[in-house]
Amino acid sequence: MTTDKPGRVRSRGDARAHVAAAHAGRNHGPLTRITLYSFRHPWQAAAAIGATVIAAVLQLLIPRLLGHAVDQAQGILTTAGEGAEQALFWTAMSLLAVSVARGFFTLLQNYYSESVGHHVGYELRLAFYDKVQRLSYSYHDRVHSGDLITLGLLDLDGLRMFFSTGFIRTILLTVLIGVGAYMLLSTDMVLGLLALSFVPFVAWRSSVAQLTLRATWLVLQEKLSALTRVMEENLGGIRVVRAFSAQNFELGKFDAASRAALDLAHERVQVRVRNTSIMTFSFFVAMGLVLWVGGNKVMAGDMSVGTLASFLTFMTILQMPVRQLGLMVNSFARAATCGERFYGFLDQPLEIEDAPGVADLEVTDGTLHFEDVRFTYPGAKYPTLDGVSFEARAGQTIGIVGAPGSGKSTLAHLIPRFYDISGGRITIDGQDVSAVSLASLRRAVGVVQQDSFLFTTTIENNIAYGDPWSKETKIERAAESAQLHNYIMGLPAGYDTVVGERGVSLSGGQRQRLSIARSLVLKPAVMVFDDSTAAIDAGTEHRIRSAIKRFASNRVTLVISHRLSSLLHADMILFLDGGKIVERGTHEELLALGGRYRALYDLQTRPVDDLEMGSAAR
Amino acid sequence: MSVIEDNDSDVAAFPGQRPPRASVGSHRIEEEVFGKAYDPKTVRRIWAFVRPYRMKIYLSVAAVLVFTATQLAIPLIIGFAIDRGMVQGGDATNLLWAVAAFAVVVAINYAASWVQESQVGQVAENVLFDMRRAMFAQLQRVSLSFMDKTEVGRLMSRLQGDVNSMQEFLETSVISVGDVVLLFGIVVVLLTLDFRLGLLTLSTMPILFVVRIFWLPPAKRAFWAAHESNSITNGAMAEGINGVRTVQNLDRQKVNFDLYDDKAYANLRTQLTGSRYAQVMVPIVDTLTGMAMAIVVVVGGSLVLNGGLQIGVIVAFLFYIQRFFDPIRSLTMQYSIMQRAMTSGRRITDVLDIPATINDKPDAVTLTRDMDGSVEFRDVVFGYSADRPVLRNVSFTVKPGETVALVGPTGSGKTSAMSLVHRFYEVQGGAVMVGGHDVRDVTQESLGEQVAMVLQEPFLFTGSIFDNIRYNKASATREDVIAAARAVGAHDFIERLPGGYDSVLEQRGSNLSLGQRQLLSFARALVADAKILVLDEATANIDSYTERQIQKALLTLLEGRTGMVIAHRLATIRGADRIIVLQNGELIENGNHDELMALDGLYARLYNMNYASFDDIPDELVAAGGPRAAST
Repeated sequence: MTTDKPGRVRSRGDARAHVAAAHAGRNHGPLTRITLYSFRHPWQAAAAIGATVIAAVLQLLIPRLLGHAVDQAQGILTTAGEGAEQALFWTAMSLLAVSVARGFFTLLQNYYSESVGHHVGYELRLAFYDKVQRLSYSYHDRVHSGDLITLGLLDLDGLRMFFSTGFIRTILLTVLIGVGAYMLLSTDMVLGLLALSFVPFVAWRSSVAQLTLRATWLVLQEKLSALTRVMEENLGGIRVVRAFSAQNFELGKFDAASRAALDLAHERVQVRVRNTSIMTFSFFVAMGLVLWVGGNKVMAGDMSVGTLASFLTFMTILQMPVRQLGLMVNSFARAATCGERFYGFLDQPLEIEDAPGVADLEVTDGTLHFEDVRFTYPGAKYPTLDGVSFEARAGQTIGIVGAPGSGKSTLAHLIPRFYDISGGRITIDGQDVSAVSLASLRRAVGVVQQDSFLFTTTIENNIAYGDPWSKETKIERAAESAQLHNYIMGLPAGYDTVVGERGVSLSGGQRQRLSIARSLVLKPAVMVFDDSTAAIDAGTEHRIRSAIKRFASNRVTLVISHRLSSLLHADMILFLDGGKIVERGTHEELLALGGRYRALYDLQTRPVDDLEMGSAAR
Repeated sequence: MSVIEDNDSDVAAFPGQRPPRASVGSHRIEEEVFGKAYDPKTVRRIWAFVRPYRMKIYLSVAAVLVFTATQLAIPLIIGFAIDRGMVQGGDATNLLWAVAAFAVVVAINYAASWVQESQVGQVAENVLFDMRRAMFAQLQRVSLSFMDKTEVGRLMSRLQGDVNSMQEFLETSVISVGDVVLLFGIVVVLLTLDFRLGLLTLSTMPILFVVRIFWLPPAKRAFWAAHESNSITNGAMAEGINGVRTVQNLDRQKVNFDLYDDKAYANLRTQLTGSRYAQVMVPIVDTLTGMAMAIVVVVGGSLVLNGGLQIGVIVAFLFYIQRFFDPIRSLTMQYSIMQRAMTSGRRITDVLDIPATINDKPDAVTLTRDMDGSVEFRDVVFGYSADRPVLRNVSFTVKPGETVALVGPTGSGKTSAMSLVHRFYEVQGGAVMVGGHDVRDVTQESLGEQVAMVLQEPFLFTGSIFDNIRYNKASATREDVIAAARAVGAHDFIERLPGGYDSVLEQRGSNLSLGQRQLLSFARALVADAKILVLDEATANIDSYTERQIQKALLTLLEGRTGMVIAHRLATIRGADRIIVLQNGELIENGNHDELMALDGLYARLYNMNYASFDDIPDELVAAGGPRAAST
């Protein structure tokens, strides 16, 4: 029934510790910070470093041994006898042993450095997820969800991989190139310099290439996502496309976007090709020089063939790592920019959070009180709510009306403290909402939003979202009250029907009813309908309301609605304009007043006669 | 109905466990790819895309062969230099020759690698873009009944994921040609240089083959599991971001954090397993390399002693051993790439083969502006499947310039009737006539120009407001666009936006209200300036101020045009010249408001119920009346 079976909870008090640790080290730069964070796995990190050094040294031994072997093989003819052959045998065994050991330590190096990366990735993901959940509405209003997803996918990846692709690789390359150069130069200065001559050139080219590729990669991603958007919107809006016979127009849009991406892709191929070819070439040129100069030395008797052979194999071994210098540089650049963004996100101050040792909200009779409440959105010039006061007692229904932008939804969002008010006070049963724990507050206040987000899971799980321990009966009762039960039972899979992005699509009205049921499960003391019955017909809405009344007789209900017929039975109606309550009273009182409310009422009830349509209008 | 009790929640029944009714994220399980690695039919289809670039492919294969040959030659030259140029009795000119040969080979290597990589890379990119375009173009032509059934996400993964694995396949397959040649080359060269030593050294090679054959299946499964668990975790994260308001609203953070932790932790485990599988090959290959080197040293040494082998050959052997196992590693990987590519290729050809069921007749005429603008349904029978008709013998006429409201309960066939005017679907019987022509006898493009449609959900595109209003009417000037926006009453709010008409709509206009988007879609239809307007009124309730504006805009839009409106609001319905009532696919009433009220049928009953919208009327109320005979 559920997509995930309830399982035993893995013992992991660590999860919270990981999150806390990810927030530490604010005074460090991103690279230092991620390195320090990686060392929270000291044993694995130490194993990775140790194995890296050992593997590099072992790798450098191989050319030496090969050189010995060549010399010994050559010496066999002159110093014939048991001894020479035995020496050769031992060299061969050493070669085998060193190779096996090198393989083993490379395994440890790769595995442990990846393991650190995966652990760090796991922990940063937890920290990221936790932060997303904690940041308040005003942050999420500002930041596009797509940008957050990029942050949690790509930036996090660039950061977690730094240990293996940046840090460990630096150690590997330092040992290989440093010790290798020392060995070559101490054996023969001139030949050593020739053998290493390709290193700086390749290091430079590969760094330039990687940085160019990275820069163009970012642009290419943009071009590709523009192309994706064209395709996605075309397919999603296929009816509009067909309705306007715009197929050719759309193909033109596609071609333009596609062309831009293709050109850039070609350019990237060129950058890559130019650099790999020239790097290989410079390596071979150096090898040719070693062969030429070394060969002459051998002929002159200044050097053995084995030494020359070991020089040549040294070069072969160094070739790959030197090329990886570019990857290393890239890893540093990537981790620095990704880290800046990622840590910038983690370090966001929480605008709304529990004060330490805060008490839970204690609901007694559920009186809601607004006292001169003022609220201004961050960055806005004018207040959205400008001194709103009213009181709603248990069992009352308060209607809120006003033009778009008059502050109705904002008012709803202030009660569960999705935003903090800029002045005044909101209390429930005398307790300031900003002085009680967020969890207790939000359980006590149920806001049914205008635009209800459904999770891709069963209807049952969606209804039980706020209380996943609910028994089946509770879920069904909530669905019954929301006038959704009969519809659900008509579905082939009933309550197990999967809805949401990847499930059965529900109509606007059904979604709203589901979201009402979801709120009802929590039995909130204060229930707020934020224009959440707009897509539900008047009859059904009425039935929902009376169902709620039956068991929520002691609750406060706030109804924000465009449809005045929804508010006929409200105990009090507030008419908001420019953040102020300009009229208040019952439906009859406000009609009698003959003010703004009256005008709106007339607008809604008499549109038919005012407006004519079709040919009659001509 | 009973009351929700406090003890309806059962935390105690699941001690120390996750809540029974909770999950985070959702994930579509992708099919695991273990299919055929070679499917001639698919390959032929793919080849059709590669064919235009075949000269480049031939060229790069040639370059790969040359490149491989140079790689094979280098150790040989070094060996020659040692044996003929350096060891006692060597000749200085031989060393010179060797170095000269080396220089030539290196130069050729440089050129060949350049040609190969640049050609293959570009061809692969080109083929990828061509395939994508072919699919996209096909999707522009396929029937809407196909699109109705198909998820956009699924098509997008054809257009992206599948073409990418084709690209990967193309890039790697030319390189594997090189690998195969390199493998055979090394075998031949080693055996030629010294048969016995060659044979002994090569004996390590099959070991790797056997190891890889046993290693591959479980490793592939481990890699796949890692890939899957990663996308599951990412899916849960994306859901957490998109649904964050609801999560906070319902105080689910704690539960979600634990559930997410479960997924992230499971992902950590599969990633580590994948890592282990990947890394276990390293010591195996290194051990085999060590064995081969040991063999060369010991056996080669004794051969030297017996005078059968020269020292340079040993050096050459040692060089070959360094490259020995690379081709085997990449060739076994290529097998998986090919499997993936065949599956993707089949999916791509599936898209290309979707039939475009609605085509212009060869002698289709162009519907021009001077047609009269009438619409007629003649005994139309239509259904999405043959056995379940949605419209049954529906006949009616809309006179030029007339506005007709289509009403009826959900499922009565209104939307289908509207789609037929634009020939989104083909009728099963009867005919739909526009301007006196059967819609099947005119070109679809000209039909689209004369019939404008406004859909229930205003769909906008990412881009500027100007581009959205003008859409594909390239001839429309800025003045036309502004005039249209003024006419529908959208000009004021557009001007108030920071960039005016050049303001960019984000995510299909999510930065605008529903009412504003509706007005923009009206303006777009107005710019299209068609003779006939088909409109599906929005059902969602909009605030009264915007609502009024939309009603006014509707008037402007219908002015001078033939209108067919699927009407939900009483205001719209009463304003129409005529009302057509559909029920269960049949036309049951047809006349103006007063006539239908006098008839006292379904319309009169619905109207008297005073519902704001005709759509949400419960079925039982509609069914109570039953169908009536049509009247005119």
